[in-house]
Amino acid sequence: MNPEQSFNVQIWQAFIVFFSAIFTQNILLIYFLGLCSFVGVSKQLKTAVGLGMAVIFVMTSTCAINWFVYHYVLVPLHLEFYRFIIFIIIIAAFVQFIEMVIDRYSPVLYHNLGIFLPLITVNCAILGAVLFMVIREYTFIVSVGFGLGSGIGWFLAIMAMAGIRERLANDRIPRGLQGPGITLVIAGLMALAFIGFTGVLQQ
Amino acid sequence: MIITLIISVLIVSAIGAALAFVLVLSEKKFNDYGQCKININEEKELIVTGGKNLLSALGEEKIFIPSACGGRGTCGLCKLKVLEGGGSVLPTEEPFLDKAEIASNMRLSCQVKVRNDLKIFIPPELFAIREYNCKCVEITDLTYDIKQFRFELVDPSNINFIPGQFMQFLTPVYDTNTEETYRAYSISSDPADKNHIELIIRLVPNGICTTYCFKYLKIGDPVRLNGPYGLFRLTDTDAPIVFIAGGSGMAPIKCMLHHMKNTNNKRKATYYFGANKLKDLCCVDLMHQFEKELANFRFVPSVAATEPGETWAGVKGLVTNAINDDLQDASNSEAYLCGSPGMIDAVIKLLRQKGIDEKNIFYDKFE
Repeated sequence: MNPEQSFNVQIWQAFIVFFSAIFTQNILLIYFLGLCSFVGVSKQLKTAVGLGMAVIFVMTSTCAINWFVYHYVLVPLHLEFYRFIIFIIIIAAFVQFIEMVIDRYSPVLYHNLGIFLPLITVNCAILGAVLFMVIREYTFIVSVGFGLGSGIGWFLAIMAMAGIRERLANDRIPRGLQGPGITLVIAGLMALAFIGFTGVLQQ
Repeated sequence: MIITLIISVLIVSAIGAALAFVLVLSEKKFNDYGQCKININEEKELIVTGGKNLLSALGEEKIFIPSACGGRGTCGLCKLKVLEGGGSVLPTEEPFLDKAEIASNMRLSCQVKVRNDLKIFIPPELFAIREYNCKCVEITDLTYDIKQFRFELVDPSNINFIPGQFMQFLTPVYDTNTEETYRAYSISSDPADKNHIELIIRLVPNGICTTYCFKYLKIGDPVRLNGPYGLFRLTDTDAPIVFIAGGSGMAPIKCMLHHMKNTNNKRKATYYFGANKLKDLCCVDLMHQFEKELANFRFVPSVAATEPGETWAGVKGLVTNAINDDLQDASNSEAYLCGSPGMIDAVIKLLRQKGIDEKNIFYDKFE
């Protein structure tokens, strides 16, 4: 994609990327990024929703910010090879900043969402999404669409997992498979199901 | 090559520093709540710097709320009522509060951030615990080995306590005592006199604090007390009261009697006071005074043994004998005991035989 493409085409692109990030290219179930918090925080629907919302928000915002940083700071200075460090620093600083703002203006939201924010700072799905955005050379608008889509995709996956695990809570699971074991098996089955979407959308 | 390396490192550091700077600035901006007023129990107003949690803000003002986890919201001990300005209950507090507590504005003080002016309610017994700088103003001999010490409160100058509670006395370093030591003594004075505290202290041979009080403490000396502590107190029922004390166990009972007089309490009360010898009896005149002033109060002192040549018209024998002979139909009474462990254990046994329910026997053991 080149930047001279018209605005309408970019919007259309963003739309396609948005849906493919949710279904065919789901960052969690196809690329298996962000698994640690996916396994750790999917026991209850309520906490899963909190973490999922935080991921959607942070992923969208950091994709947008890092797009600017990459194209207007790193590329002109020929420092593309530093992008890993820079992206991580920016994600961390952004999350800290957001934590402070939420704490100030919405204590209830802070205590629902805020406890997950530090967890997200080191979530590989966030960094993964930003790096995909760079590798795939998305334009700004497409990047935002991609970040939002990836976040929603992650949110859907953890919601589905939490729903399944809540129903499994009272079931008899072989001892060796309890906890993370059965969760990974379920994640694999869900991934197989999501692969079924492949071909619905072509990038 | 090297120049490129240096420049790129500098640029990355510069970006990091810029971000850190932005964070520090926004921390200053977002975490600045200015000065906030905390109104406590409509009695006291504190001015604190906002942004901290309520527990530590109060701690810095020397108001100590119990907390076992250090403010991380896991012990649930630091409960108090936030009447105004606390915002809604946070998810981190919910596990520790039941419906009635939430309805009464109970919060965990470690989770409430001071963002604006607050109006809070702290249970008076917690609110009152603090250190008092006092001056010894009077020392009275009650018997040959019991003295009553009267202290004037200097800073703070007022105390609120519940009759039956005790204070801790800080014994300073003196002579053979090489470190400051706390000892607890029940308050004996009239709770209406908020500027003074009296303690009744019996000389314990080689006792660190009692030796200090008897030998070194002079009128005019500074003294440090902290408190009030303790759950020994009168219930607010109408059940007849049986007071039982020996020696310096007189102190909390005397305090309760003052309080009953102040509040014009008409509960039936009988006070059995046990002395080993005639010279161990104290405050007899005051007790007879109470008999006149209180609606329904009787003082029954007993003396275990008289010396040759002494005459004692009252009950002879141990306090248990006095109770056994005098106390009739005690099953619905409440008993308040204060004294040595041996005396208390013997009395509890007797009271249960007399039909008093164990949950109606309250005591303060001197150990």
